[in-house]
Amino acid sequence: MEKILNKINQLAKEIKKDVTLMEVCGTHTEAIAKHGLKKILPPNIKLISGPGCPVCVTEQRDIDNIIELALQGIPVVTYGDMLKVPGNKMSLEQSIRHGAKVFTVYSTEEIFTNPVIKPLNKGLVFFGIGFDTTTPMTASIIKKGITVYSTHKNFFPAMKALIVNQKIKIDGFINPGHVSAIIGLKHYQQLKLSQVIAGFEPEDVLMAILMLLKQIKDGQKKVENQYQRVVTNQGNVQAQKLINEVFEIKTVYWRGFGPIPDSGYELRKKYQQFDAKIKYRKILTGLKIKPSPKLKLCRCGEVIKGLIDPADCRLFSKSCQPENPIGPCMVSREGACNVKYRFK
Amino acid sequence: MCLAIPGKIIKLLPNSSYGLVDFNGIESKVNLELVKVKKNDWVIVHAGFAIEKLKEQDARQTINLINKDGKNSK
Repeated sequence: MEKILNKINQLAKEIKKDVTLMEVCGTHTEAIAKHGLKKILPPNIKLISGPGCPVCVTEQRDIDNIIELALQGIPVVTYGDMLKVPGNKMSLEQSIRHGAKVFTVYSTEEIFTNPVIKPLNKGLVFFGIGFDTTTPMTASIIKKGITVYSTHKNFFPAMKALIVNQKIKIDGFINPGHVSAIIGLKHYQQLKLSQVIAGFEPEDVLMAILMLLKQIKDGQKKVENQYQRVVTNQGNVQAQKLINEVFEIKTVYWRGFGPIPDSGYELRKKYQQFDAKIKYRKILTGLKIKPSPKLKLCRCGEVIKGLIDPADCRLFSKSCQPENPIGPCMVSREGACNVKYRFK
Repeated sequence: MCLAIPGKIIKLLPNSSYGLVDFNGIESKVNLELVKVKKNDWVIVHAGFAIEKLKEQDARQTINLINKDGKNSK
C-alpha cells in the first residue's frame, strides 16, 4: 500500500490543481471510511460519495407503498438494510408491532428454504432493492412464481445524470466493482470522463485512485478496469439475459434526482401476474400518506448527489443517528451519513 | 450490498442449478444459474448466487487481500 501511496503523492504534486473523485458504490464508501483512505490522501485529492447506496436512492413513495402492503397483511420479505428505513407513516420494522409479517433475508434463496418464510411464499411480496448486481437474483425468483415489488435500478444512467446536471465538478469516477461484473464495460464508455472500475479492498481502491490520477495528468478520459480478477469486458452475459427476459427498462424516480430516464427495472408484461404494483393496484392507487415533518428536514437527497457532506445536515449525529435514523442515508451501512457517523 | 466472496465449488448438486461451495472451510449451498461452471472451479458469490467464475490465482489473491484487510482492521 505504501508504494501505491507514494506514487499517488508524486502524481498529486505534478497535477497541482484540486481533483475531485467520486465513488459511486456504497461498498466502496464503507471501505474508504473503514481504512481511513481520505486521511492518507494528499490534500488536493478529494473523495466524495455518490448515489451508490441502493436503500438511500429508493424513492419515498416506494417505501411508503411496501409498508402499506405489509400493514394490509401481505407478508413482505426484503434485505435487512430496508427494515429501519423510515416511511412517512412508520418503518417496516415498526409495522411488525402493528401485526405486519416482515422478514429479512441475506439471499432470495431463503424464500424457498427458511422454514418460516417457505410456507408463505405464494402469498408474500419480495421488496426487490438494489442495482444491477442484485437484479438477476430477483429475476430468478420471479421465474419461480414469487411476487415482487421491484425498485431495482440500472446504475449507469445515474452516473450520466450526475454529469449532465453539472451541479458538481467531478474529475473521475471510481466505478462499482460488482455492478460492473454484471454489466461489463461498454456502457461506461459513453461518458467522456476518467473512470476506473475498482475492487473492494483498500489496495484496490488506492490503485484505482492512482490509475485515475494518471489519466487526469495525461488528459485521458477512458474506462479502465482495476478489478480484472472479477470484471470482464462483456460482463456476465448469462445474468444480463436473465434480467432482460424478466425486466424491461423504464424511467423511474430516484431519491434526490427525480426521474432518471431508462434507469429502472420493471417486470415485463409476460410476468405481470407476479408484479406487486399490478397485483395490489387497488391498495396502492390513490394511497395518500401524510408527509412526516421530520422526513422533510432530511437532506439525504443532496448527500446522495455529492452536493453536501453529511455533516452539513443539521440533523446529522444529533437527532439523526443509526439507532434512531430520520432518513435512509443514516440507516444503511452503505449510506454516506451512516458511514460518516460510524467512522467519524 | 455489493459484498461478494470467492469460494471453490466442491460438488454440483444433481438435477439442479445448485452446488456446494467451500469458503475457506465453510461449505454453503450456492445458486449457480448465472455461471457456467464445473466441480473445482472458483466463483465469486453475492447474496447466495455465484456472479462470476474466477481464475484460481485471482480467487486466492482476493482471499489474501480480504484476510490482510481483516488483520489490519483488528
